[in-house]
Amino acid sequence: MKLLLLAAAAIPATALPAMPARAQSTAPALQQAMPHTMAMPGMAPAATPKPAAKPKPALPAPRRRAPARRAAAPAGAAPDAGAAHAGHAMPATAAMPGMAMPAAGPASAPGEEDHAMPEPAAQAGDSAAPTGTDQPAGTAPPPPIAHDRIADRYYGREAMAAAQAKLLGEHGGMVFSQLLFNLAEYQARRGGDGYRWEGEGWIGGDIDRFVVKTQGEGGWRGRVDSAEVQALYSRAIDPYWNLQAGIRQDFRPGPARTYATLGVEGLAPYWIELTGALFLSDRGDLLARAEGYYDQRITRHLVLQPRIELNLAAQDVPANRIGAGLSDAELGLRLRYEIRREFAPYIGISHDRKLDGTARYARLAGESSRSTSVVIGIRTWF
Amino acid sequence: MRPLSASPLDRRSLLRGAALGGVGLGLAPWFPAWAQPVSAGIVAPLPTVSGDDITLTVAHQMLTVDGRTSHAIGINGTVPAPLLRLREGQTARLHIVNELDEETSLHWHGLLVPTQMDGVPGVSFPGIGPRSTFTYEFPIVQSGTYWYHSHSGLQEQLGHYGPIVIDPAGADPIQADREHVILFSDHSAMHPHAIFTKLKKQPGYFNRQPQTLAGLLRGEDQPLADRLRWGGMRMDPTDISDVTGATYRYLVNGHGPRDNWTALFRPGERVRLRFINASAMTILNVRIPGLSMTVVAADGQPVRPIAVDEIQMTVAETYDVIVTPAEDRAYTIVGEAIDRSGMARATLAPRAGMAAAVPPLRRRPVATMKDMGMDMTGMGGAGGGVIDLSAPDGGMAGMAGMDHGAAGGGAAGAMSMKMRDPANAPGVRLGPGVQTIAPMPVDRTGEPGQGLEDAGHKVLVYRDLVALERNPDGRAPGRTIEVHLTGNMERYMWSLDGQTLSEAKDPIPMRAGERVRVTLVNDTMMNHPIHLHGHFFELVTGHGDHSPRKHTVNVMPGGKVSWDVTAIPGDWAFHCHFFYHMHAGMMRVVEVRPFAGVAA
Repeated sequence: MKLLLLAAAAIPATALPAMPARAQSTAPALQQAMPHTMAMPGMAPAATPKPAAKPKPALPAPRRRAPARRAAAPAGAAPDAGAAHAGHAMPATAAMPGMAMPAAGPASAPGEEDHAMPEPAAQAGDSAAPTGTDQPAGTAPPPPIAHDRIADRYYGREAMAAAQAKLLGEHGGMVFSQLLFNLAEYQARRGGDGYRWEGEGWIGGDIDRFVVKTQGEGGWRGRVDSAEVQALYSRAIDPYWNLQAGIRQDFRPGPARTYATLGVEGLAPYWIELTGALFLSDRGDLLARAEGYYDQRITRHLVLQPRIELNLAAQDVPANRIGAGLSDAELGLRLRYEIRREFAPYIGISHDRKLDGTARYARLAGESSRSTSVVIGIRTWF
Repeated sequence: MRPLSASPLDRRSLLRGAALGGVGLGLAPWFPAWAQPVSAGIVAPLPTVSGDDITLTVAHQMLTVDGRTSHAIGINGTVPAPLLRLREGQTARLHIVNELDEETSLHWHGLLVPTQMDGVPGVSFPGIGPRSTFTYEFPIVQSGTYWYHSHSGLQEQLGHYGPIVIDPAGADPIQADREHVILFSDHSAMHPHAIFTKLKKQPGYFNRQPQTLAGLLRGEDQPLADRLRWGGMRMDPTDISDVTGATYRYLVNGHGPRDNWTALFRPGERVRLRFINASAMTILNVRIPGLSMTVVAADGQPVRPIAVDEIQMTVAETYDVIVTPAEDRAYTIVGEAIDRSGMARATLAPRAGMAAAVPPLRRRPVATMKDMGMDMTGMGGAGGGVIDLSAPDGGMAGMAGMDHGAAGGGAAGAMSMKMRDPANAPGVRLGPGVQTIAPMPVDRTGEPGQGLEDAGHKVLVYRDLVALERNPDGRAPGRTIEVHLTGNMERYMWSLDGQTLSEAKDPIPMRAGERVRVTLVNDTMMNHPIHLHGHFFELVTGHGDHSPRKHTVNVMPGGKVSWDVTAIPGDWAFHCHFFYHMHAGMMRVVEVRPFAGVAA
């Protein structure tokens, strides 16, 4: 067991601010003091402040006994000559008209206030110089930084270095992680039901994170129409936006493709969650995607989420049946009920549409270029 | 230990004996006597928590609140920890036995102790390792109501806190027939790290009172135009508390509102209530319907008595009040969460088993432009000295705005009203962790606190507080340090001057004995209770050398607060006392040199 005997002398005498003097022989019992204090400036409801009024002690004169331990304080402080009035020298502002606190009427005062009321209310520091905190601050320069630890002297450098490292890590340097599925749903529609998912996971600190995103959809009977995974480094670049870069791997449709990815993700004004990204494939094809949604809270638990996703291509990518231009769009409206924040079943509708060249590819393959689904799913995170 | 015969409490001991007559049975053994569901008041110091040599054992335990049992960390088998009853002038030797499998620590909140006894792992000592012991020893150089708590990780949230009462060396300037410690706290069955990670993933997770479309249709909260404006700014005006009654129970002395901890009195007695807000995250509006409270001490330091009906107690503050219940009836002590998501409740009654009506929760406040530091009345002040006396606060805010305009060296036209203009805070590092910079922060120390503007009765404001004694150091500060309280609610990032403790490599340096003015500017839309270890500072609220002395001060959203402090040698933690804000990095070390203790 560590027993640290600390001599009181180890604390420099000048270091401790003197405690309020408690000269017990003169200390007012509060019952006595109270009636007088009712006459404090803000407390008098109707009294007209008289700046020149002779200050009358609201309390027994402050004890003149200068706190002994303050002796070493430079420039000692408020001259004791002024001490007799020090307790009453109210700052000029306190006596200004309009400053009386309106709510502090006598109604709320204890029963003894009667004989206190006649006391003068304003004590306008009889032209004394400002005291204490009423004085303006100087412009002295700050001292240099010592770059040492006092505690090293008592507990050793090694122990303190380890403790400090832990402290710094715990106060702003912590690592967190989250897994979120915004969409995980069954899609009922004409021509074969399907499913869709969109989720992401991240791990990291406040600024730098590693993010994995995935999304895709398919037919209920085993066919995956599209599936992709992105692995990204994410860095907070402003209060609301993250810059994200990494790779995207597509497994469907068509032959697997790998893309270099650069995007931004964040919160736009009016609480709109936005993501925009560019994808450059290993074949040199350039794709882009924009996605946005907004959570409209209808009640505490009920949230309506309109969502839009647009995919674009700079060129035809026949192998993947993607046409140049706006290739496809999803418009969704989902109503979820947050049983818990982390677990919210939803229902909604989703309208998917392939456009332009991409639509032509679909028609050539005998597929519809548009579909509207009734969706049911779960938004969840943990 | 002082002889009993010399104790000024003897008469009260007798009263307690009489009062306890009928209720001595059925006291739950896991609470200390002063925190039993029916308390006769703290009159007899418990042998284990008083005297010169005290042993405190920190261990896991279960805590039952309103019939629900959850995990907690207690001391000597109790939550809250036992009352430390000390006496000014003694030297306290406190042996801490850590029975946890993790590090712990105890910080003596508000006590002027040598820096190496202050109890902050990594700043003042290495911490108390798992399954080990540590002895604190320091002279008690003050008196009043304080508290102690863990400074390790998020342990405090688990119940690792307790009250300290220090009796003055001589007669107490505050006389009362009886006294009770009323320690408020917030307790969750959820582990604090789970709470913290939820906040990091979804900062609004615990806000169960958001603005909704249904509310808009009912005409509640902001009208549509305001909602659009605030949405455009990506600011949520209902973000009053990060962690709320959605997971918290609000406790009095470890008891939930249904437990109804009861304090006894005899009609006509002067009863001293020692309020302590030991919550991790909850600012509380404290009132006793039907009773006026006379505030006689703030943060342990006596103040000129001021009668109020309600006190907004920020986290870590203490207030001593005198009440004089004359009637033979029960009164409810209400500690309402600032976001009105729950309340702590206790009863003040002449006999056990009595209860008074519990007032309903009031409607939660909605933040205003002023809370974003965009107060237009302040602009008026800055422009031409026009003070808007019609403002609900009597024009103080306008005046404060004028001060600011003058200090900023510019007329209104020169000041940018942009939400995040570096010109408004040159010392702040504008990274992703800084959502906003208050363009026009104002001194709000004359205001009753968020959500109490229209309370309809007298609410304590900081400007009401006047020290009973003259301040020990009346010098003018030699310089000013401006510290910005910064954050990003969308990422749950909190910092000082835009940097977390992790990022900031440098402490805040001060010279030993120097008098410094510290101005805290709140650039965020939330309140922040800011605490400086090892010091009392004097609030700059217009009371000269009788400025109130505090260890913790609430800085209102979009507001600023200045205080003067005399630097004491050592390394001192300086942080937001919302524990999750501190944990997110809203902390610094104040380094005061030279240090004349033991040699390096």
